Amino acid sequence: MSTPNTNGSSTTGQNSGQNSRIITFGEAIKEAIAEEMRRDSRVFIIGEDVAEAGTPFKVLLGLVDEFGKHRVIDSPISEAGVAGIGVGAAITGMRPIVDIMFGDFTTLTMDQMVNQAAKTHYMSGGKLKVPMVLRTTMGATRRSAAQHSQSLHVWLSHIPGLKVVVPATPYDAKGLWKTAIRDDNPIAIFEDKMMYTLKGPVPEGDYTIPFGVADIKRVGTDITLVGTSSMVHIALEAAEKLAELGISAEVVDPRTTVPLDKQALIESAKKTSRAIVIDEGYEQYGATAEIASVIADGAFYYLDAPVKRMGAMNVPIPFSPVLEDLTVPTAEKVIEMAKTLCGRV
Amino acid sequence: MTEVIASATAADAADFASIDREQWLHMYEQMSKIRAFEENANELYLSRKMPGLTHLYIGEEAVAVGVCEALRRDDYITSTHRGHGHCVAKGAKLDRMFAELLGKEAGYCRGKGGSMHIADQETGNLGANAIVGGSSGIATGAALSIKLRNSDQVAVCFFGDGAMGQGLFYEVANMAQLWQLPVIYVCENNQYGEYTRQQEAGAGTLVGRAQAFGIHAIEVDGQDIRQVFLTMRELVERARRGEGPAFLVCNTYRFMGHHVGDVNREYYRSKAEETYWRTERDPLQQLAGWMVEQGLAEAELFDQIDTSVRNEVTAAVEFALNAPYPALEEVDQHVYA
Repeated sequence: MSTPNTNGSSTTGQNSGQNSRIITFGEAIKEAIAEEMRRDSRVFIIGEDVAEAGTPFKVLLGLVDEFGKHRVIDSPISEAGVAGIGVGAAITGMRPIVDIMFGDFTTLTMDQMVNQAAKTHYMSGGKLKVPMVLRTTMGATRRSAAQHSQSLHVWLSHIPGLKVVVPATPYDAKGLWKTAIRDDNPIAIFEDKMMYTLKGPVPEGDYTIPFGVADIKRVGTDITLVGTSSMVHIALEAAEKLAELGISAEVVDPRTTVPLDKQALIESAKKTSRAIVIDEGYEQYGATAEIASVIADGAFYYLDAPVKRMGAMNVPIPFSPVLEDLTVPTAEKVIEMAKTLCGRV
Repeated sequence: MTEVIASATAADAADFASIDREQWLHMYEQMSKIRAFEENANELYLSRKMPGLTHLYIGEEAVAVGVCEALRRDDYITSTHRGHGHCVAKGAKLDRMFAELLGKEAGYCRGKGGSMHIADQETGNLGANAIVGGSSGIATGAALSIKLRNSDQVAVCFFGDGAMGQGLFYEVANMAQLWQLPVIYVCENNQYGEYTRQQEAGAGTLVGRAQAFGIHAIEVDGQDIRQVFLTMRELVERARRGEGPAFLVCNTYRFMGHHVGDVNREYYRSKAEETYWRTERDPLQQLAGWMVEQGLAEAELFDQIDTSVRNEVTAAVEFALNAPYPALEEVDQHVYA
């Protein structure tokens, strides 16, 4: 299996090495950005309330104190504008991080991301590069209603020229963030806002995690649960309970939707012969559809059941907690589906 | 017709006299190159040697040349779907431009960009853009980059009157003024957004859009390269001194249609109007006429320049026609750096 970390016997990538501490997902992100800003003076952050406020989620708190307002730049509420400025700064020698507070607002950046950032390198015959990172959030159940809860990573995953990162753990977040900042392409990182306080072991200092390398978060033999972002934890929770029922679930985290580690997905499904793909984007035309088709195509002769997928319900995300909770995949739903696929119902 | 407002800082006769003859002649030659380039592009299209579509700059030459003449090679421009003129004016080579128009590997973008996407980083051209107004973010970002790098470059954003309908400009112009970025927004008001008159698409004035942000805004006769150049030179010096962005409206006219296929145009503008601009307001004739009148050159000199330019353009077209297409393996190269 393709796991980049070598600091433990598990393939989860989350084991603490000697120099690891337990820190939060948010702290891991800030640490990665701060280390890269120290390392490379071309890196700067621009976005709404990124400086003294450190964003509403406080993830960037303190960066302005170390790096100053010329490198941690508060912008007006102008998502398209800051995305465009990011593209222009990237083409001309800087490495901007463009902060878009809520993933829902990435819709406002679409021309700049889809028609400008993604295409500049190709349209220029490889002469111009756009080394920028668009940082934004995803994830529901924060009772924030339909315009602050969506997971729209697949919008950008659809566009050749962009890479899309969906970290699930503090360890992955730091390593993937560093890779993103050093990459010469436009990258979008979607952070599940419900995970900022999630804790995990993170090594001090420098390490990177390559894009397009899935991580096996739990080894199993009976069914593959592919999860992205916070759905990795839903899958792990389900796997824990399935183990009690005698079903051994393997949890695979692609970590980046583009590039996608197709081989790891196919190999796991070949081994287990069953797969459920779980992603918090809308189910229709979702990341689950792409990943399920990769598995169905690559592992067809090994499968004992159709590849199933679970995304967000195809409705605008409701405010009322009792309704909102119905719209997202849960461990219970995964368990039920896994039991069905394994003939345990 | 749009009224041409002579701006307070518009050049007067004394300013014109301060520019030496050779520089005016160079500007004429650059305009002549654009004219000949575009006439040949049109011919390539009509004779079906050129795929796709293209938007000709004929009639607007004084804007691109007047603006770029005030820039250094390392200054940046962003350009538009009607961008050949900007590209030539910033110093691109005609043979590689034609090669790009024909989708050949020798083109500036290896044939992957085409007419609407020529970029040439060696001359600071960050690329033509086929999204109307789409490059205002890029130009403003380049200006932020200049400021962060403590460079004394400037960034120029070319766009048309039609782009003033796009919201992106207002977001980035606001930031440019807030942060005093060295960007100059050059609005080429050719009076038509595709097939619609500017007055039917825009409320208020064009300069008013920038003035609302407190941006230094100025309007000149875009057919008079003397005014464009001298005004631009001032704006560039201002930006280099760190005095912030500027907005320059150049009132101009595209002699041809919106694109090469826009042949029957009487439903949106009259032949009389077109004839007036072609005969009375041709930027090449205006500069040549003034130089002859001032005794700076004989009329024959301009014919000689035109002939020499045409020979260069013919050779460039030949080069492009004979150049090979990119290898098929190129199709999925350069998606990622």
